[in-house]
Amino acid sequence: MIRPIHTLVAAALIAAPGLAWSASPPGAASCLGCHAAAADGSPVPALGSFTAEQIVTAMQAFRSGSRPATVMDRIAKGFSDDEVEAIADWYARSKSK
Amino acid sequence: MTKSKPSPTGMRARNQSSRRAILGALAAGGALAVLGIPAARAASKAAPRVVIIGGGFGGASCARLIKSEDRDIAVTLLEANSTYIACPFSNAVLAGLRPLEQQKFGYDRVRSDGIDVIHRKVTAVDTKQRTVRLDDGKQLGYDRLVIAPGVDLRFDAVPGYDEAAAEVLPHAWKAGEQTLLLRRQLEAMKDGGVVVMSAPANPFRCPPGPYERASLIAHYLKTHKPRSKLILLDAKDAFSKQKLFEAAWQELYPGMIEWIGLSSGGNVTRIEPGTRTFVTEFGSYRADVGNVIPPQRAAAVAAIAGVADQTGWCPVDPITFESKLQPGVHLIGDAIIAGGMPKSAFSANSQARVCATAVVDLLRERTPASPKLINTCYSLVAPDYGISIAGVYRPANGLLADVPGAGGVSPLEAPKSAREQEAVYAEAWFKTITHSVFG
Repeated sequence: MIRPIHTLVAAALIAAPGLAWSASPPGAASCLGCHAAAADGSPVPALGSFTAEQIVTAMQAFRSGSRPATVMDRIAKGFSDDEVEAIADWYARSKSK
Repeated sequence: MTKSKPSPTGMRARNQSSRRAILGALAAGGALAVLGIPAARAASKAAPRVVIIGGGFGGASCARLIKSEDRDIAVTLLEANSTYIACPFSNAVLAGLRPLEQQKFGYDRVRSDGIDVIHRKVTAVDTKQRTVRLDDGKQLGYDRLVIAPGVDLRFDAVPGYDEAAAEVLPHAWKAGEQTLLLRRQLEAMKDGGVVVMSAPANPFRCPPGPYERASLIAHYLKTHKPRSKLILLDAKDAFSKQKLFEAAWQELYPGMIEWIGLSSGGNVTRIEPGTRTFVTEFGSYRADVGNVIPPQRAAAVAAIAGVADQTGWCPVDPITFESKLQPGVHLIGDAIIAGGMPKSAFSANSQARVCATAVVDLLRERTPASPKLINTCYSLVAPDYGISIAGVYRPANGLLADVPGAGGVSPLEAPKSAREQEAVYAEAWFKTITHSVFG
């Protein structure tokens, strides 16, 4: 009697709108501490307004110091190339949901 | 419901019939107990139930994320207060830069997500039966419990400083009436008066908070009462963003703030509220306006649930945020022992996001992935002068450890424009995070 409910839950999840956080790569959720997903007029840019490539390029530039930053330089250094790519892909894909 | 292995083709029908069976059993009252199944858990097979205690940056956020992740999960948020008063930026209220109204948030949007919000206090938690009892006697069952307790101020820690003394020498470490009381006292103080503050030893809520507060009070004094002075008595010898704060104090408020660390006699051993006197090992300081930030511990509900250890704080698994003391109970926010992660609203919110995912994964019998978390804390030294500390964290040795090479504080040498920009980002952060939690 335990199993059946999971089938129903899975079906509901696929149909659910918005971001499915359980599928998100490590670190992605924390970005939304400062950044909105969709543009809201904040001086902190919304992640949904970028392509995956733009996010990857920006994070690499923040990490190397070639792009000036207040705080993103310090944060970018905590993520590997693979991690950044996974996060960027996920935000780019989540836009279409 | 005694058929334990339904065939795949019969799943839906059998599940519905088992729900009816459970409801019937519950209606019959105690029938399940005869079968040896705790009522709370058996009923949960129909729809997983998550109860969340505490409606702040951690708890309210976690509730909404769990619900948005899986609408089939019944989510209940227990929060004693119907209005949440946010602590970040409350130092700006003290300095007269912002009305307290801008710190207040309600739960209408949380409710509109389909979350049952109940404004009651929790009087008991039974982690074996998985039930929570409220102060109206109502009992709620859960499959997973998330507690975001926040902190209690320890009125037993500094002799002379109890709740009555806090009406004379406000702590203002929980935003609200205490913030307004300290604000009124600052307004009433004569020019040339002495403000005395005390800061506790680590750990405590918002490590840069006392120093931001000293800065913004100094800003108010410089603007309105320039002959006044602020003495900050500290129970430690080093503090968050110390070099940045000290450089800014020198630049913006020369001679106005005197910081006295532990080894210079900053540890307050007694408070005499009648004369507004702070007594230390080396001397005593009489205040015109006094602000005592007392030592803290995880709020009382953590002890009620048996999730706080002898330190007064809550040990957790750094992947799932499940209590190391009570299975099925998760903890987030200021109350937890989080290793390198500071006790901040940002941390609580980051943890809420990871915890929500872990709770949903565990309810689905999936293994939660190892997370990565971020913290960023802004402090205002003046309305247009912001500084920050950031960190990236990952599970290591049972705690959350800093990712080496990442994080740190704003540069000591920076143009005025960078400080102005960080002040703008601080405000933007507050708007974004409060919108995501309450809006």
